[in-house]
Amino acid sequence: MRADPADYRLVSPGNLQAVLSLLANEPAQWLPIAGGTDVMVLYSAGKLPNRKLINIWNIPELRRIEVLPDRIRIGAACTYTALRRHDIISRELPLLATAASWTGGIANQNRGTLGGNIANASPAADSLPALLVYDAELTLISVRGERQVPYRNFHTGYKKTVLAADELIRDISLLRRFSKYFSHARKVGARNAQAISKVCLAGLGQVTDGTIRDVRLALGSVAPVPLRLDKTEQLLTGNKIDPSLIDIARKSALKEIRPIDDIRSTARYRSAVAGNLVAEFLEKLAAEGAQA
Amino acid sequence: MNSSPERSAKCEVSFLVNGKEQKILAHPMERLLDVLRNALGLTGAKEGCGEGECGSCSVLLDGMLVNSCLVPVVQASGASIVTIEGISLHDLMNPLQQAFLECGGAQCGICTPGMILAAVHLLEKKPEPKLDDIREGLAGNLCRCTGYMQIFEAVAKAAQRRVAK
Repeated sequence: MRADPADYRLVSPGNLQAVLSLLANEPAQWLPIAGGTDVMVLYSAGKLPNRKLINIWNIPELRRIEVLPDRIRIGAACTYTALRRHDIISRELPLLATAASWTGGIANQNRGTLGGNIANASPAADSLPALLVYDAELTLISVRGERQVPYRNFHTGYKKTVLAADELIRDISLLRRFSKYFSHARKVGARNAQAISKVCLAGLGQVTDGTIRDVRLALGSVAPVPLRLDKTEQLLTGNKIDPSLIDIARKSALKEIRPIDDIRSTARYRSAVAGNLVAEFLEKLAAEGAQA
Repeated sequence: MNSSPERSAKCEVSFLVNGKEQKILAHPMERLLDVLRNALGLTGAKEGCGEGECGSCSVLLDGMLVNSCLVPVVQASGASIVTIEGISLHDLMNPLQQAFLECGGAQCGICTPGMILAAVHLLEKKPEPKLDDIREGLAGNLCRCTGYMQIFEAVAKAAQRRVAK
């Protein structure tokens, strides 16, 4: 049933400290809302469990992108549009800019935020494999102080995270050391724009003299959380890319993923596509290495 | 997670709608779409899916294309909003609306206000869009009559005329 707006409160404290105080004083009562592209969907359908919301769309600290010598720090409420338009992000973190361009249409990119994508914790979110391969680090903040959490430790299970009831994601930090890597991202969905992925991949690699020096692979929609393919990466590192290595990588990836059947696809299809995407990445990486 | 139901108080929200100052009383979680349609009588923005998938409720909020079904009205406080009714105040009005008419870009018409606002937004960012830019700019707007080719053609035509001026 459609929600009655009179049943919901939405306050706009306008500054970070006041937001954190509210979260601390009544833990688990208040739900932060930024661009609303997830929260408002649940709300409209009458499925939002929270009756109290805090507006964090208008908090300046959460909307900043800071470029530091060694890292780029992205405020949690930065939109996909802001990410796409940022020159240095597009140049040095192309997987993130590409994922931002895949997320919804333009109207949703104007409102949807990177922090929201992380907090919403969908295993199908397009930006999350990119954060995994770039070794993103999150700053979580509360009245108790702040702490840094590697993004790869943030999701603990399907829609579960380490975020405490009084905490907010303040920013996402990405190291500026991958601009020389070969990068490749691929989304497989029913439609390019606006459709949620059946499987998506983000990959980074460095090849010298035909040998893989470093490789980073992550997949979305193939497990309860966005997944980094640690074991496959280990098998690949230090080896030359040839058809037998690609076959080994494909088999290893299939052992690492745990896909399911759902409304968008089947486990079988997802397995086949995940293997193909890993193989495709390696073929492209090999071609890149051969040119270099 | 649930708190005991508390009725929220209405609050005063002021904004510019199509260049005119408006002050309304609303519950803070009321959707901008409902306020525009019900309180202000601006029924050009339509509710299609109600979940940000179809774009038929598109409006410009401080120049940004948004789905007004996903905006709690409090977040529009102090903003400047442009709806299809206000597009005649906009310098893109004539070329786009005229081109939609000429190309058969409107069939049942439900998606048309959103399509035109998405096109206004696109042409402001990219005055000379290629077909791929048009496709991307309108990708969040669904036409159930599926008259996409005429719509793309209309946007291209309006862009050419505008640049030629």
